Amino acid sequence: MKDRRITLSHGAGGKLSHDLVQELFLPFFANDLLRCLDDSAVIPAQSNRIAFTTDAYVVKPLFFPGGDIGRIAICGTVNDLAMAGARPVGLSASFILEEGLLMQDLERVLASMKEAAQEANVMVVAGDTKVVEHGAAQGLFITTAGIGIIPEGVDVGSARARPGDKIIVSGPLGDHEIAVLMARGEFSLHGGIESDCAPLNGLVEVMLEASQAIHSLRDPTRGGLATVLWEIANASRVGVLIDERQIPIRNEVRAVCDLLGFDPYYLANEGRLIAFVPEGEAKEVLQAMQAHPLGRQAAIIGRVVAEHSGKVLLKTPIGGHRLLDPLSGEQFPRIC
Amino acid sequence: MNPHKRHDEEKLASRLLQEIKGLADHPLRLMEVCGTHTIAIFRSGIRSVLTDAVDLISGPGCPVCVTPAGEIDRAIALSRRQEVILATFGDLMRVPGSSSSLQQERAEGSAIRVILSPLDAVQIAQENPDRTVVFFAVGFETTSPAIAATVKEAQRQGCANFYLLSCQRLVPPALRALLSAGKVNIDGFILPGHVSVIIGKAPYLFVADEFGIPGVITGFEPLDILEGIYMLLRQKKEGRAGIEIQYSRAVKEEGNQLAREIMGEVFVPADACWRGLGWISQSGLILREEFAAMDAARAFDLPYVEASDPQGCLCSEVLQGLRRPPDCPLFGTRCTPVEPVGACMVSSEGNCAAYYKYGGIP
Repeated sequence: MKDRRITLSHGAGGKLSHDLVQELFLPFFANDLLRCLDDSAVIPAQSNRIAFTTDAYVVKPLFFPGGDIGRIAICGTVNDLAMAGARPVGLSASFILEEGLLMQDLERVLASMKEAAQEANVMVVAGDTKVVEHGAAQGLFITTAGIGIIPEGVDVGSARARPGDKIIVSGPLGDHEIAVLMARGEFSLHGGIESDCAPLNGLVEVMLEASQAIHSLRDPTRGGLATVLWEIANASRVGVLIDERQIPIRNEVRAVCDLLGFDPYYLANEGRLIAFVPEGEAKEVLQAMQAHPLGRQAAIIGRVVAEHSGKVLLKTPIGGHRLLDPLSGEQFPRIC
Repeated sequence: MNPHKRHDEEKLASRLLQEIKGLADHPLRLMEVCGTHTIAIFRSGIRSVLTDAVDLISGPGCPVCVTPAGEIDRAIALSRRQEVILATFGDLMRVPGSSSSLQQERAEGSAIRVILSPLDAVQIAQENPDRTVVFFAVGFETTSPAIAATVKEAQRQGCANFYLLSCQRLVPPALRALLSAGKVNIDGFILPGHVSVIIGKAPYLFVADEFGIPGVITGFEPLDILEGIYMLLRQKKEGRAGIEIQYSRAVKEEGNQLAREIMGEVFVPADACWRGLGWISQSGLILREEFAAMDAARAFDLPYVEASDPQGCLCSEVLQGLRRPPDCPLFGTRCTPVEPVGACMVSSEGNCAAYYKYGGIP
């Protein structure tokens, strides 16, 4: 029997990633704040509460239509804070640079980070740089951390979804993963799809202005819509019903998925969010989202029910039903 | 997205479902041969709306699932050679061989590249002139013409470091083997759309003529599948058994002559081993003598060594439609998509993976 090793599936955002965190990382770093495993740790601090989060970015290629590793490093951490309902107050950024990285590429990444930070209205207040030998990193790795303040009266979390909640998605799903996949050039596919990568704190702010009663907010990154819905259904012990006809997905993204045999509900996004909102507030929140540039195509895709606890049910266009479960391992392109 | 189109889809589906219900006056077992159909049936929730009288069973139509452990072992042996870059389709990465998988080998440092188009393998060979590039090719008639074209292109370019490890399989011989074994009771076949684009209708005629079972070559949209089921039930009702084409927007009766010609120029049928079904006469494709220099099995002297299925695994019965995935004692316990034991759990189009992922219909 061979020694068990880390495989790529451990990083794909599905069940193995979940198990790795639960069984390896948590025992070493266990504390009550980390154990919640929400997008941000929420720290009580006198009258205010502070959200704190960190993320590592290892994107290949470094540049792709609609973004680059720097933009993702800012947006990803800002979004994790925003998903806790927090207003970002400061970020840190650590860089692992590979020997041989072009200076102009690094400058391009830094400029992009600056621009994204301005969009998010947040400062990078701390940083660090290391260089490793050629072959030890794919050009550039970035780790960012961030803290944010949670306004009084806001209380969002994966365990707070309740029967009756409406489920809102902020825009078309899957653009980011398909844009990156195409930029890798492995599949000789070309097209005009751009990553959705964007800081969502501004959108969350207008949503919370519309209603502070929002129950759950998540950004569907690795593992996509299906994994986020499954996690919320489990954390909140509720059932989730969604209608396939209401889920916004671009035709181009659908076409690439058909070609590769991918399920679009598992594709990663870097500038979309899923909100669970009490029924009575859903209309106001949706309207506020649609009035924001990042929520123009927001749509209600389903609702929360008391039955089917821990399950996500999808109603198909022909009126049938099927279950959505979390991603297992990597999605591989099929062969026929 | 066009909401009107979607609305029409639901109305049409409901009409077809009504018709099917009317025709299904006794229990019927229909086999969908192709893995893409299996997935489409689950994804669209067809079972949850179809009358109980029609039982859909899945057949041996996933090329990854029928690739035997012995073939994976050969690919792994090649990938362990320092000079080799192994190029293959992504589905194969997790398929278990006797003691490892390509994914495991990649994690341990073997150079294994996932490609989508066979021609990408030739490009990898050109870009790495000091390496030996082996294309591990599995697939049915759908992919064989493209693989044949790739072999010819490599020859044309004088690409001396390109080799093919062929594990291609043919669908009609497998259907004959399945029916000849006489173990499985099937009232009709939902025949594969993509394979039929190449081979047309003629290779299936024996199913109706010799075994008296109707077949319908069917497309992959939910409405295609419902119409295919409807057409099968019509034949049953009228006491006919013929091969019909539902997927006429893509499939011509005579298939694609040009594609078959190029397959014939490069490959020749040979006896081949299938996971679950064993050896089937003339059911595989190997390189013709003219292309023997590119044959990885010969160049690296790798004879096929038979490897048994994992203990307790019911892939064999599942692939023949004799048992359903949940009947296997390993299903969902020792065998899951994260750690598959049998090949049917590996491929996204495998019967077991489909049941595991979508099977818990409420």
